[in-house]
Amino acid sequence: MLENLIEVARHGPKLLRAGAINVSLLFALIAVGFLVGTVIAVVQVYGGRPLRAAARGFEWLFRSIPAAVLMMIFLYGPPRIGVGKIDPFLAATLALGLRSAAYQSQIFRGAIQAIPTGQMLAARSMGMGRLRAVASVILPQAFRLSVPGWSNEFSSVIKDTTLAYLVGLNEIMRQAKTVYDGVHMRLAMPTLIFVALCFLVATYAGNYLLGVVERQFRIPGLQMPGSGRTMEHSH
Amino acid sequence: MTFDPAWLPRLAHGLQVTLSVVAASIAIGFGIGILLAIGRVYAPRPIRWLCAAYIQFFRGTPLLVQLMIVYFGLPTWGITLSAFSSAILAFGLNTAAYQAEYFRGAIQAVRGGQMMAARSVGMSFRQAVVLIVLPQALRIVIPSWSNELILMLKYSSIAFAITLLDLMGQAKRIAGREFMYFEIYLVVAAYYLALVFIVSQLLRLLERRVAIPGLGAPGESR
Amino acid sequence: MSPLLRVEELHKRYGSEQVLRGVSFGLEKGETKVIIGPSGTGKSTLLRCINRLTPPDRGRVWLEDVEITHAKAQINRLRAQIGFVFQSFNLFSHLTALGNVRIAPMRVLGLTKEQATRLARAELRRVGLGEKEDAFPAELSGGQQQRVSIARALAMGPKLILFDEPTSALDPELIGEVLEVMVSLAREGMTMLVVTHEMGFARSVADEILFMEHGVIVEQGTPRQMFTQPQHARTGEFLHKISELYGEAAS
Ligand SMILES: Nc1ncnc2c1ncn2[C@@H]1O[C@H](COP(=O)(O)OP(=O)(O)OP(=O)(O)O)[C@@H](O)[C@H]1O
Ligand SMILES: [Mg+2]
Repeated sequence: MLENLIEVARHGPKLLRAGAINVSLLFALIAVGFLVGTVIAVVQVYGGRPLRAAARGFEWLFRSIPAAVLMMIFLYGPPRIGVGKIDPFLAATLALGLRSAAYQSQIFRGAIQAIPTGQMLAARSMGMGRLRAVASVILPQAFRLSVPGWSNEFSSVIKDTTLAYLVGLNEIMRQAKTVYDGVHMRLAMPTLIFVALCFLVATYAGNYLLGVVERQFRIPGLQMPGSGRTMEHSH
Repeated sequence: MTFDPAWLPRLAHGLQVTLSVVAASIAIGFGIGILLAIGRVYAPRPIRWLCAAYIQFFRGTPLLVQLMIVYFGLPTWGITLSAFSSAILAFGLNTAAYQAEYFRGAIQAVRGGQMMAARSVGMSFRQAVVLIVLPQALRIVIPSWSNELILMLKYSSIAFAITLLDLMGQAKRIAGREFMYFEIYLVVAAYYLALVFIVSQLLRLLERRVAIPGLGAPGESR
Repeated sequence: MSPLLRVEELHKRYGSEQVLRGVSFGLEKGETKVIIGPSGTGKSTLLRCINRLTPPDRGRVWLEDVEITHAKAQINRLRAQIGFVFQSFNLFSHLTALGNVRIAPMRVLGLTKEQATRLARAELRRVGLGEKEDAFPAELSGGQQQRVSIARALAMGPKLILFDEPTSALDPELIGEVLEVMVSLAREGMTMLVVTHEMGFARSVADEILFMEHGVIVEQGTPRQMFTQPQHARTGEFLHKISELYGEAAS
């Protein structure tokens, strides 16, 4: 056992370098998810009927189709319909990012709807246009209300970066496999436990940082009514 | 686009595997989850910590890692399981942690007076939990538990990574043989959409069937 | 003859707060005693210590010749003989009125379902709710819920019933129906210990009133003594205050 551990330790740097790919993917997913999710949420609350229906359809599709299937579709779809070859990182970013957008939009929508209508009225009464009011008055409040739900989503996305393994991206799980594949099967357990510990640390670190950010931006009296309800969606 | 009806029997077979794996792991998760939740709420400190640690580990690490640990890692310790058993075990242990948290929330949402009233008529602690607290908690938990079941249904699609021939595994096989990747995965997506829809409707039906006035999710009650 | 219930030197503290500081009294079979006292004085704590829903720190309680506070006491069996009616009813939310009354006779006393059902129906009729057996708690008014909870206590055939402010969570117009049930129980010879500020009830059925303050019984006596010639100034003041607050209705 001990010699196995030492052998795995030798692969540590290699595994951590692969982990950097998970981290880049994490940032890409969060960025896509946040931007698209915000747009979808705003459209769902303030859009006209056809736009609202489209946003709802988007949410439904990306929340109902499993992540693995979405990634396959984004990997094999573009060449098949003549867009050209797509690399696994981009396929994973689109599939998992848009999926996260569907979940994030649900969180943001709940938050927007929790803001008293008086806020919008007050903004409009000062001559702001609808979009201006949404951007300067509604969203800054909604994002703060979203923090608890969004933290959950963030933890989920950290773990979901491993799913890119399924489209062959050379991330930490795939590097781990190269360590224990073939003749080194006895290294499987220590290697995988090392990876698991990396994720425990990453999840804790992520939540800690989010806590710091939240305290920075917290405003007294601004909180989700009955807060504490979570919308966890990832394993 | 092409679509070959010959795919269907193969996919049907895969669907069966998917449903078996999900049903078995949800059942395992239900049993362990209830015990963990009771441990978290009522047990003395060391046991409470153990339960919390279990939950932390399984919620803090990716399901794919857990699946790989069971399938590739356990043989290191002399335990070799088939892909089918590995998937059930990994998913079951994982969903147990999530279900436990939902059960815990539901148990804590049952009002404290209920336990006190149960003890006041002479019920033992066990009777009070089994006859009074759990029947209420299990009703309260249905909406979040339904979410969990549907998540498991979707996440089970990662088990092709350990060669399981579930819906996704069969699709991958067909795709590799016939170079119809895009088409087959679109079909699989449609399968999952239909599955998710049907299962959520069934769960809603269940929720309505066992509904009791005044007993709902927290916030909906009086 | 030894009393049905004997309480000796009960002490209880929560953290640094000494809630009960040595409470002693007895209750004869068929007696009704009423406990009054300001909020936070330890009345609920006292009742809960009697059947050990809250464990007392010190002191002893006997039911006839069995010591409830004994470490080896079969507490569930003893509790089955002592009814408890809560301020907030605490009906089991997932059971109908019938289910609420029936469950303990079945699961604690071991009656068959038929026996327990028959018994439960009789107790529900006794509190005037024969028609409501299929209603869930959320479908009943507060007064009806409290009467079901009295039926639930009665179904166990208790030797005595403890009431913790049974009417203080009720709208004024619903108080009468619950007090009526309690008055007729007292007249039928049920042994009852009642925390209440319904002075009409106390005057008409209490054999004795105990005035509690700061964790001790300050004074006890018949309603007549307590109202007309209290020994302590505080007793008089308090009685005067609650008589004003609660009026003297429902006697
Ligand atoms: N479970 C508990 N934990 C900590 N403190 C408690 C607990 N229960 C009661 N107390 C405290 O003990 C004191 C007495 O409470 P108790 O409920 O017995 O008073 P009471 O006489 O019934 O008052 P009320 O008329 O308001 O019902 C209060 O100060 C209360 O805060
Ligand atoms: Mg009280």
